[in-house]
Amino acid sequence: MADTGLVKIKKLSKAFETLKVLEKISLDVETGENLVVFGQSGTGKSVLLKCIIGLLIPDEGEIYIKQKNILEMSINQLNEVRKNIGFLFQSAALYDSMSVRENLEFPLKKHFSFTQDELNDKVEQTLEHVSLVDAIDKMPSELSGGMRKRIGLARSIITDPELMLYDEPTTGLDPITSKEISELILDLQNKLNMTSIVVTHDLICAEIIADRAIFLREAKIFYEGKIDELTSSSDPFLRNFFSHEIVKAS
Amino acid sequence: MKLPQIKHIRKPNLSQLAYNFFANITGLTIFNWEFLKQVFLPPYEIKEVKKHMDELGVKTFPIVSVTGFIIGLVLAMQSYPVLQRFGATDFLPNTVALSVIRELGPVITALIFAGRVSSGIGAELGSMRVTEQIDAMEVSAINPFNYLVVTRVIATTMILPILTIYVNFLALFGGYIAVIITENMSFEYYKNAVVGAIEFGDFIPGMAKTFVFGYIVGIVGAFKGFTADGGTEGVGRASTTAVVLASLLILIFDMVLVKLTLMLWPTLG
Repeated sequence: MADTGLVKIKKLSKAFETLKVLEKISLDVETGENLVVFGQSGTGKSVLLKCIIGLLIPDEGEIYIKQKNILEMSINQLNEVRKNIGFLFQSAALYDSMSVRENLEFPLKKHFSFTQDELNDKVEQTLEHVSLVDAIDKMPSELSGGMRKRIGLARSIITDPELMLYDEPTTGLDPITSKEISELILDLQNKLNMTSIVVTHDLICAEIIADRAIFLREAKIFYEGKIDELTSSSDPFLRNFFSHEIVKAS
Repeated sequence: MKLPQIKHIRKPNLSQLAYNFFANITGLTIFNWEFLKQVFLPPYEIKEVKKHMDELGVKTFPIVSVTGFIIGLVLAMQSYPVLQRFGATDFLPNTVALSVIRELGPVITALIFAGRVSSGIGAELGSMRVTEQIDAMEVSAINPFNYLVVTRVIATTMILPILTIYVNFLALFGGYIAVIITENMSFEYYKNAVVGAIEFGDFIPGMAKTFVFGYIVGIVGAFKGFTADGGTEGVGRASTTAVVLASLLILIFDMVLVKLTLMLWPTLG
């Protein structure tokens, strides 16, 4: 059978000094799948994403993206892979000194040779996806938290990536905006046919987006399966974790 | 590029201070090496370099203007009574010209530039680092070192010599204002005395070291900003330490370069 895995992680370990954050994690993400990564704060969820994109170098293990081990790549080869990956940071990480238009144009100008008209069309089209065409000439400091997330999302998808990595996309947002962002992520997944890995604490977000979920605990995958099975698990730790999340969600 | 981790401890002991000192030196050396490797590699961000030169020039222009004028004025005012004691007031233009061109102009401009620009670069890049903007650039397959560091360092290296020439002129003008207050001297006489006092050999070492100072301002600011950590506190620390380190290095390199110049061209002494 053909290997349909877009991301394959084998025995990945990462420690910061004496603190083990990830220990022999193995994981497959199929093309078109939406995987949600749960876990308490400090359990290595963001570290996992940063290893996948090559921002952090793991201590051991292998990370394959489209059957190629990114840990054996030169920086130029890694950058070629990164062009097909979008990353939404928790803080959105918009470039402060650039307007919304410039933020979106920036990766396009660096990687493609579009004319200014083509750039304008592409930027407007992407902003329409996130319903923020009106914000095109605003500076990041003029945007609300939810708007920043949407613009961050627009910047991440503007290069039409095959894989999207979301680092807590709804953290710091009110429940209504959180739900809107989660629905927007799902909508974009369907429209643009992307694969995604979403790190979150937000159960509403996970329920909207997830095809499958994993739960990280003590540097290992503690649970892997369907989101509803995870939230209804009889395990006391998971019950306790999700009872708090469900209270917050309701 | 793997840099040694600098440990920020509120009350460090002697060994921790020594560790941080050597971590800074090692880090800055690796950072310099990375710059030298990347400065010749594409993409060449010419537009960014021009933008930074514009910004840095405009930012620093008012303060160096005032400083330049005052240096010349005060230098002439201070030198006049000393020269008067020896009956050598005719040499006032020469004294002002040589002091400004050979030493005061380049060093004072570089120190002001360090205070204004090194801290600015440290704060700007530091803020980009702690808000993950540099990571965002990296995951977009854009080389942040090339785009953020190389462009700024080239800009500071190019702009400081231009600012120094401007400051030198203003200082000489300030000197003339002081001269006409205290001494009945025509502008023609002052100008001829200044031009006569300065030889090509006085001008070149003074100008050559401004390129080194400009490089120091850029690389130290970028190093401190690029390696900032610890949130907003880290940004403040990057900005402050950038000024301190850049100013210190400017003075140390000034001493070394003056000695080197005099060794290589003893006639300049």
